[in-house]
Amino acid sequence: MNMIINYFAGLGRTTINTMSSIGQASLMLFGALFAFPTFKNIRLTILQMYVVGVQSLLIILVSGLFIGMVMALQGYTILVSYGAEGSLGPMVALSILRELGPVVTALLFAGRAGSALTAEIGLMKATEQLSSLEMMAIDPLRRVVSPRFWAGVISMPMLALIFSAIGILGGHLVGVDWLGVDSGSYWSIMQATVEWDKDILNGIIKSVVFALVVVWIALFKGYSCIPTSEGISLATTQTVVYSSLAILGLDFVLTALMFGIS
Amino acid sequence: MTSRKTEILVGLFVALAIAATLLLALRVANQGMSGSGETYTLTARFDNIGGLKARSSVKVGGVNVGRVERIYLHNTDLVPVVELTISSKYLDTFPDTSTLSILTSGLLGEQYIGLQPGFIFPEDIVRIEEDKVCETASLNDCPYLTDGEEIIDTKSALVLEDLIGQFLFNKGSE
Repeated sequence: MNMIINYFAGLGRTTINTMSSIGQASLMLFGALFAFPTFKNIRLTILQMYVVGVQSLLIILVSGLFIGMVMALQGYTILVSYGAEGSLGPMVALSILRELGPVVTALLFAGRAGSALTAEIGLMKATEQLSSLEMMAIDPLRRVVSPRFWAGVISMPMLALIFSAIGILGGHLVGVDWLGVDSGSYWSIMQATVEWDKDILNGIIKSVVFALVVVWIALFKGYSCIPTSEGISLATTQTVVYSSLAILGLDFVLTALMFGIS
Repeated sequence: MTSRKTEILVGLFVALAIAATLLLALRVANQGMSGSGETYTLTARFDNIGGLKARSSVKVGGVNVGRVERIYLHNTDLVPVVELTISSKYLDTFPDTSTLSILTSGLLGEQYIGLQPGFIFPEDIVRIEEDKVCETASLNDCPYLTDGEEIIDTKSALVLEDLIGQFLFNKGSE
């Protein structure tokens, strides 16, 4: 009897905890969403764009280039056996624009910038900087969370676009310059196949959604972490794990909505 | 708070993102090059359109002159009707004796519409020059293809099964 009551108590506690953390996360999201970068804190947002955007640029450029090159190499070895190596351009462009660009950028962003955001805000909480801000009547949501949130949401679609562009150029480098696919057919069949609204715009929408989710998870995990060294390390790990799972799960849903049902 | 260097680097980052967007829009999707500009519409009926899709291209001797706007089934005749938009550059260019056929680019390539320009009777040239039939309000008499006109002479897509069936039939009758 006692065991059953304990079981239900545990279930209830888990539910209440989950719900209250979802509630806290939503409250934080609203606080950050409606603290638009005003003229006063636009400089803070620009500084954060430097931290999360510009400093992620190198990893995005290098991985985009290599993913494009690998796509071209793999695609070429398969397509050449059907004599269809002219279709290398659309293959590389479509797979990068629709899937790899947004998804890989989001995964790299979660690892490179999301974990840093969590650790930074977690340490601010552990060293009671956030409490000090509140003592000085400065809203930490407005001062600390909101600039990072908007900087992440603005930066990530731009990073995804850069990733796609450099990936397609990398595919050109391997496919055309090394393997000898005709440059004209690489671009022209790509241009005939890729559509602005269907492929590129949907990719941008995807990366905006991923950006919202990744930055939200990262900021909330940092903001609500247990203010100890173990707590911060756990929160950082959870940020990367939860963001990656959320990205891959959401990607399937978005792809099904955008391309699956016609 | 924000140093000059940071601002410059963020500015460069934004510029790079804009450059990437432009590359994707102009080089990859070819946005703005096609689809813009004035067009006029033609319709055509086929017996079988094969794998033709909306946005397939319309070519004259390999040169792109327009696109397939939409494809639908005629309500009573139950044949596919294809609506084509042709660039207005080619207004009063193709005689209305032109023929359409559905062709395939390469062995595995996509299908497109080939427009084979027809001819103009010598007496029609006289009518164009003297009666100005292509400049009047009702363009029915114009010997060129005009907006909304239907092309009568069409050739359907090749269907592999029909071809094999025909071949076997010919073999059998020998």
